Amino acid sequence: MNLYARRRATSRVVMAMSIGATAIGLGWLVLVLGALLWNGFTSLSIAVFTEMTPPPGAAGGLLNPILGSLMMSAVAVAVGTPIGILAGTYMAEYGRYSPLSSVVRFINDILLSAPSIVVGLFIYEVVVRPMGHFSGLAGSIALAVLVIPVVVRTTEDMLLTVPKELREAATALGLPRSHVIANVSYRAARAGIITGILLAVARISGETAPLLFTALNNQFFSADMNAPLASLPVVIFQFAMSPYPEWQNLAWAGALIITFAVLALSISARALAATRNAQ
Amino acid sequence: MPSRRMPVVDIALRDVPAVAATPPDRKRVLARLRLTNSSFRTLTLLASILVLVILGGVIIALIEGSLPALRQFGFGFLVSERWNPVTENFGALAPIYGTVVTSIIAMMIAVPFGLLIAVFLTELCPPWLRRPIGIAIELLAGIPSIIYGIWGLFVFAPFLQRTLQPALIDLFGPIPVLSTLFAGPPYGIGTLTAGLILAIMVLPFITSISRDVFEAVPPVLKEAAYGLGCTTWEVVRYVVIPFARVGVTGGVMLGLGRALGETMAVTFVIGNAHRISGSLLAPGTTISATIANEFTEALGDLYTSSLVALGLILFVITFFVLAIARYMLMRIERRIG
Repeated sequence: MNLYARRRATSRVVMAMSIGATAIGLGWLVLVLGALLWNGFTSLSIAVFTEMTPPPGAAGGLLNPILGSLMMSAVAVAVGTPIGILAGTYMAEYGRYSPLSSVVRFINDILLSAPSIVVGLFIYEVVVRPMGHFSGLAGSIALAVLVIPVVVRTTEDMLLTVPKELREAATALGLPRSHVIANVSYRAARAGIITGILLAVARISGETAPLLFTALNNQFFSADMNAPLASLPVVIFQFAMSPYPEWQNLAWAGALIITFAVLALSISARALAATRNAQ
Repeated sequence: MPSRRMPVVDIALRDVPAVAATPPDRKRVLARLRLTNSSFRTLTLLASILVLVILGGVIIALIEGSLPALRQFGFGFLVSERWNPVTENFGALAPIYGTVVTSIIAMMIAVPFGLLIAVFLTELCPPWLRRPIGIAIELLAGIPSIIYGIWGLFVFAPFLQRTLQPALIDLFGPIPVLSTLFAGPPYGIGTLTAGLILAIMVLPFITSISRDVFEAVPPVLKEAAYGLGCTTWEVVRYVVIPFARVGVTGGVMLGLGRALGETMAVTFVIGNAHRISGSLLAPGTTISATIANEFTEALGDLYTSSLVALGLILFVITFFVLAIARYMLMRIERRIG
């Protein structure tokens, strides 16, 4: 009976540790979000959305970096999404059993978690250096390279869940494969593919490392994609590392805006996926 | 895309005038369909090849960009600790050391925590609580790294400077080996702080993959073990973990890949000092932090090229770690079916 008591005690200790680990993990989330909300909301004001970034030691806002981030994300999604969807289509439809698909899947999964700063170096070498200057366009391309793997992965996964009977029925009616994909597969997987795009936007909206030496930064108002362009994450980095309290407060406000954007995107992606499952 | 209720025939004959299809018309339509199909197929094929081209491009661009530095310093680049922009003398040892040490700290904390949380979620957690906690963990994984960075710089580092670091110095001061590991004044920022922030960042990845793999263990195996009188811990230890070992290792490697390449969270709190210090409390640097901090200020081709060479080293390391991770996860996926 002694042995039995000891075994039960061991089990209880480990289970208590696992409860403790969960509590600490969740507590940490609360601490990070709590500090972010507290510092972010105390720094947030209308001026943040209406004024330009200030010179050191002055008050101002984050209008130009917000605009820059929106522009670069829009271009990145516009470029990366079609490529990602087409590649995912090949892997799930035309080339489902071809060896090329397995290779692409493997490489794509590696690109999915590759360090984003390396993507920044890559774009610096192939875009910024030949062009001779930093530009918002280079930043967008860097972000597009990050969008592609996310969209490829979700598109392929979602197309694979479309029942093959649907495709067979459409094929039996005489439709060529391209029409089957466009009218049957895409339609059945639409919610899932949109979820993937939302996740990709969430991923790039907080990315800083690939923008540092592609889009660089711009203290002034600019909507020129061919010139250095400010972005929210890079401005947060610059302002937070500065010794000026006004800049540090703006960094907190910017961090709050990004977090809200990312959480809103991932929650709507999740909600979309849930409605799809309910159907 | 045609409207929802368009009949199939109309899709196929979309632009054909509404007269009875004569054999030549039919032939033309079929030829067009064949052309659409083959061009669409080619388009998708090209897009998927583009994924391979991106990876190839990354490798080629990094090698080409780092050639001047590698030619100048040769193999010595990997083992030299010097980093002097004035004399243009560069070596990668300090950043490599920092990257490895911060990642080791992160994994030493995140792996046990991640596994314990996964055990809680699969074995102990009441079903109604499972979804909310799972969602919270995935949200934690989605928070951009710059948020962790700013939190680490303004909240966590000052906190460590006041509490944990003095305590560690006092605690390990009299012990021979550990006293060097925790020597020096408490700066707040430094290698240990960076490792702790990394631990928080990779925890969600390890947890969610471990949970998925644990959940894939066939209930029959666990029920059989419980039927023999095993305690919960014994079921986990002798049934769940052996079954899930490959998948968990894959998840851990995936987390390691993230930790090695993580840039912003580390850049904020590591202190960016190019030296190898015996103390974990001292400022250091990592590969990614060095690139992020110095690239735009790098003057001269050799400086830039040395930074690109650092990027190449980082990419090669993470490529192999991630490749092993994916291979293991693929194996477990195949087994689960």
